[in-house]
Amino acid sequence: MIHSLFLINASGDIFLEKHWKSVVSRSVCDYFFEAQERASEPENVPPVIPTPHHYLISVLRHRIYFVAVIQSEVPPLFVIEFLHRVVDTFQDYFGVCTEAAIKDNVVVVYELLEEMLDNGFPLATESNILKELIKPPTILRTMVNTITGSTNVGEQLPTGQLSVVPWRRTGVKYTNNEAYFDVVEEIDAIIDKSGSTITAEIQGVIDACVKLTGMPDLTLSFMNPRLLDDVSFHPCVRFKRWEAERILSFIPPDGNFRLLSYHVSSQNLVAIPVYVKHNITFREGSSQGRFDLTLGPKQTMGKAVESVLVSSQLPRGVLNVNLNPSQGTYTFDPVTKLLSWDVGKINPQKLPSLKGSMSLQAGASKPDENPTFNIQFKIQQMAISGLKVNRLDMYGEKYKPFKGIKYMTKAGKFQVRT
Amino acid sequence: MTDSKYFTTTKKGEIFELKAELNSDKKEKKKEAVKKVIASMTVGKDVSALFPDVVNCMQTDNLELKKLVYLYLMNYAKSQPDMAIMAVNTFVKDCEDPNPLIRALAVRTMGCIRVDKITEYLCEPLRKCLKDEDPYVRKTAAVCVAKLHDINAQLVEDQGFLDTLKDLISDSNPMVVANAVAALSEIAESHPNSNLLDLNPQTINKLLTALNECTEWGQIFILDCLANYTPRDDRESQSICERVTPRLSHANSAVVLSAVKVLMKFMEMLPKDLDYYGTLLKKLAPPLVTLLSAEPELQYVALRNINLIVQRRPEILKHEMKVFFVKYNDPIYVKLEKLDIMIRLASQANIAQVLAELKEYATEVDVDFVRKAVRAIGRCAIKVEQSAERCVSTLLDLIQTKVNYVVQEAIVVIKDIFRKYPNKYESVIATLCENLDSLDEPEARAAMIWIVGEYAERIDNADELLESFLEGFHDESTQVQLQLLTGIVKLFLKKPTETQELVQQVLSLATQDSDNPDLRDRGYIYWRLLSTDPVAAKEVVLAEKPLISEETDLIEPTLLEELICHIGTLASVYHKPPSAFVEGSRGVQHKRLPGSSVESPEPASAAVPEASPSIIPSQGDLLGDLLNLDLTPPTSTAAPPPTSGLQMGAMDLLGGGLDSLVRPRVLVSSQMWLPAMKGKGLEISGTFARRSGVIQMEMTLTNKAMSVMTDFAIQFNRNSFGLAPAGPLQVLTPLSPNQSIEVSLPLNTLGPIMKMDPLNNLQVAVKNNIDVFYFSCQYPMSVLFSEDGKMESKVFLVTWKDIPNDNETQCQIKDCHLNSDAASNKLQGSNVFTIAKRTVEGQDMLYQSLKLTNGIWVLAELKVQTGSPVFTVSISTKVPWRSRHGQQSDSVVPP
Repeated sequence: MIHSLFLINASGDIFLEKHWKSVVSRSVCDYFFEAQERASEPENVPPVIPTPHHYLISVLRHRIYFVAVIQSEVPPLFVIEFLHRVVDTFQDYFGVCTEAAIKDNVVVVYELLEEMLDNGFPLATESNILKELIKPPTILRTMVNTITGSTNVGEQLPTGQLSVVPWRRTGVKYTNNEAYFDVVEEIDAIIDKSGSTITAEIQGVIDACVKLTGMPDLTLSFMNPRLLDDVSFHPCVRFKRWEAERILSFIPPDGNFRLLSYHVSSQNLVAIPVYVKHNITFREGSSQGRFDLTLGPKQTMGKAVESVLVSSQLPRGVLNVNLNPSQGTYTFDPVTKLLSWDVGKINPQKLPSLKGSMSLQAGASKPDENPTFNIQFKIQQMAISGLKVNRLDMYGEKYKPFKGIKYMTKAGKFQVRT
Repeated sequence: MTDSKYFTTTKKGEIFELKAELNSDKKEKKKEAVKKVIASMTVGKDVSALFPDVVNCMQTDNLELKKLVYLYLMNYAKSQPDMAIMAVNTFVKDCEDPNPLIRALAVRTMGCIRVDKITEYLCEPLRKCLKDEDPYVRKTAAVCVAKLHDINAQLVEDQGFLDTLKDLISDSNPMVVANAVAALSEIAESHPNSNLLDLNPQTINKLLTALNECTEWGQIFILDCLANYTPRDDRESQSICERVTPRLSHANSAVVLSAVKVLMKFMEMLPKDLDYYGTLLKKLAPPLVTLLSAEPELQYVALRNINLIVQRRPEILKHEMKVFFVKYNDPIYVKLEKLDIMIRLASQANIAQVLAELKEYATEVDVDFVRKAVRAIGRCAIKVEQSAERCVSTLLDLIQTKVNYVVQEAIVVIKDIFRKYPNKYESVIATLCENLDSLDEPEARAAMIWIVGEYAERIDNADELLESFLEGFHDESTQVQLQLLTGIVKLFLKKPTETQELVQQVLSLATQDSDNPDLRDRGYIYWRLLSTDPVAAKEVVLAEKPLISEETDLIEPTLLEELICHIGTLASVYHKPPSAFVEGSRGVQHKRLPGSSVESPEPASAAVPEASPSIIPSQGDLLGDLLNLDLTPPTSTAAPPPTSGLQMGAMDLLGGGLDSLVRPRVLVSSQMWLPAMKGKGLEISGTFARRSGVIQMEMTLTNKAMSVMTDFAIQFNRNSFGLAPAGPLQVLTPLSPNQSIEVSLPLNTLGPIMKMDPLNNLQVAVKNNIDVFYFSCQYPMSVLFSEDGKMESKVFLVTWKDIPNDNETQCQIKDCHLNSDAASNKLQGSNVFTIAKRTVEGQDMLYQSLKLTNGIWVLAELKVQTGSPVFTVSISTKVPWRSRHGQQSDSVVPP
């Protein structure tokens, strides 16, 4: 099971260590540092590193490496999932997951880690159980604690941990009962030179914020549930009912949680909401290159494409660029060769473009590699897969809750090759 | 107000100040002080001096303070065992507390205090907690049994906790069941042969019920446990599969992968014509694809596992090629794995898409990735015959880009394509030849030379091309030199008239001017062949070559079967069987897929138990050493083998003037480690000895080359006992030709450890001004017997009784004409100490002990029948032996 955890910052300092069994010397991290040195980019450090006596399994989040040390055969995914849970918990407790936040709350961090694992076995990882055990630090509570001498450790047995619905605590009370659901879809796509789609898939999630009194039992149905053939559910969803009727039936956790995530595969036809026209040329023997990029909307069902950001790693041979954006601003870093164009909103009447020239090293041959454009965008009030919620009903409680559904489409890894 | 304030005190008397605060009367101040102590602890400061003061704060009603003190206790109890006893009472009391939270907390903390003295006090409270009315306490207590087992396994067994734990599998609460399974699985790892997790249809049913209701982590434990079960028939197999499939929709990827493991394994038992079989296959694809949209670290582990799944059941993902297409900002470790799977999935149906992608990748920035992509195109050509032509034309397009490393990789793979499809694509040779000048990597140059030589008859200027390489012959790497030699000989055999001069030139370069024995050998062989029988030469050199195989780097089927049983584990990430790990997988049984083989499962004795984190010599090895150690007269066990005299003779015949090479040398009991042929003239022979407590590696270095050797250095690979040089290799004066020098290198055992096979194998690298040479040698186990290996006779008696019978092995030494005293004296000389002697019915029994440098004690009983030349030895040690069949008898060396 998980033996120890080390937190390492971007400059390679171990700023926190926690051992659940015997103490493992921090020199074990030297193997990690070696791998880190070999990797060209911080994210290229391999996630599983063998050492003579241990295995190091790491994830990189918020520029912090979470390095778990294990000694016996443990499923690596188990460790990685657990590390993600640690990151999520820190974020949940401190708002951000940074070195400063962790150091500021080191005792809470330690208490949390102690509750999350026992002898390397996960103990309490559900946010609502943890919050019963250890109250998150808030300014108000800290002040009250200082005055009254009370603590942020709960006195009660976390009841949820044993009930059949471990994700929900009992005795929840709200004056305003509300349930909001966000359907968020991300498109991952690769578009080739000629503008045709090589692969496109949608990763969707339904995130919920449920603040309802008592033990509500909700059902959520869709207009077109057939879209959802590859889904992962929160443990609260009754799987049998879904299999039989394609209806989501569940007792929700209290607060924010991810109800389900789904995947619409490349075999279905995925609509591509933007197109890119590009012309990037280098001529042999000339130290100039031409750059011409135009964006336009397509298949957006009349919704506006917003927060558009185009970024690209230009070839190493490019010394500088001199470009003229029709809207928004661009930056180019001559060292990293990173071009980034903040476009904003696409106006279908006047398409945004970025045109100009690139200067190359004099006498150098024309660059070999073709730049790839990474495009980010957002479209409000639309789920690109066409998924639509039909209705949301509540049973088990008498009051009438506020209900709301929001849709959004974002670019995930949306890449256009040239 | 944040916790960072706890770090701010950096004054001199920090510990002193904290001590005062800890003893303060004010609760609030006490708590602040404990928090400061904990904060210091987290950053690795030593605050163990405050132990008594912190423990004093333990008796409190304040839960947070209690927890903080417990945190501190867990960290420092080990270093302050006497003080830790003070805490016992509080634990016992807390285990009776009316609040279940406190009871659970106490039982949790207890188990983390790794102090032997304390553990026995904890048995009673633990027993109560295992039967506690509150499930929260029971599930915590279940884990505590695993902790206790880690500290003192015997105690746990004696107290009957294992049975209680087994009972918990039938507990009414799913979380308790899950934790009991987790604890039992962990204990079972160190007890490979015990039948702890006795899986039968009833327990399986209980586990499946608990599976639906426990937490995600519990589900992982239960699924991994289920995977060890072998269903009785296909119906049971199907019903388990049906109950496991809903887990494929879990949000936790580890649950998904564990479920995939169970399904992949149990599927083997289902008849393929069953409808359900097809349904199951369809259900497996989406969750695997979904794993690929997760974070890169998860993707990596998933991809490594998918690589196995694709090899076992390619039909699952055959339509999902596109999800493996590489995004340009994927981390490199994800890119390389995706590429590998793309090639495995490549088929006639999707080859066009794959090729277009691979061509795209070949223009990326990352050089490693580009190279692998180009190679992948070649692999596609070899795998999918129909696509070979497109692949070749894609490769030609890439060669036109003139990007140096792309061209070189392309040429290397085109060579393989020629081998696979002879006489088909030779028209491209002209294009290849255009790029001759840009090749600067040995592999590409060698490939190009091979092509020119192989197709010399179609290339008009083949002789010119090869001649151009010949100019810098001595600067080329061996690979290129060898290829050039062969290439020119082929050319000569094909066009004998115009290339006579060239072939003579290359033969003389290879035989007379080269220091490389391989090259010289090959040169002489060609020379003799050509001079004695050119027709035979033609038959040999231009013989038809066997076709190269379809698909390379497939995992060997039995290993693949085993790895499929280990999906989701480290073994599946490394594609190595669990037994290949030194630590980490203790007591792994070789798993086989059910129903896939008629062979009966291997007997339990075939399992490889490795109970201790340190490395245990296998019995056979040790016995062998004990025996040929001293009881046998030193009749040089291995005289240095004459270094392949036949070839040497041939060289002499050829008049190479190398007679010095065959000068015989005899070194009693020293072994030839590095023959001069392999060491570019450097010959190393040697032996190991233990002198006044220091292991010495005694070597004779001989220079058999023509030039002076300097700058010697030595390095060891990781090995079983951590042997490492204690100092540099002392060869101060340069070693002139035909000179030899004796060096004694002291060794220590502080180096890194890796289990070797055989156990006493040592891989050594020796460097000099010429090159680096590698050889491996085996050291006698006796050098590892330490001087303090004499055990107190009482301790001996207790330990001897403690050792389970399974750990004992017997063997006989025949024809040993020594009486017991003489044998005892001889053994003492190599640190095998006689503890006691007893005579029973004319049989002398000698009880002996020895200690290995890594602290493992080995006990032996030697039976000597007076007048009989047969000794019977029983050897045992606390840690179970690796049993090896037949090894014992083989290794008994007759004197």
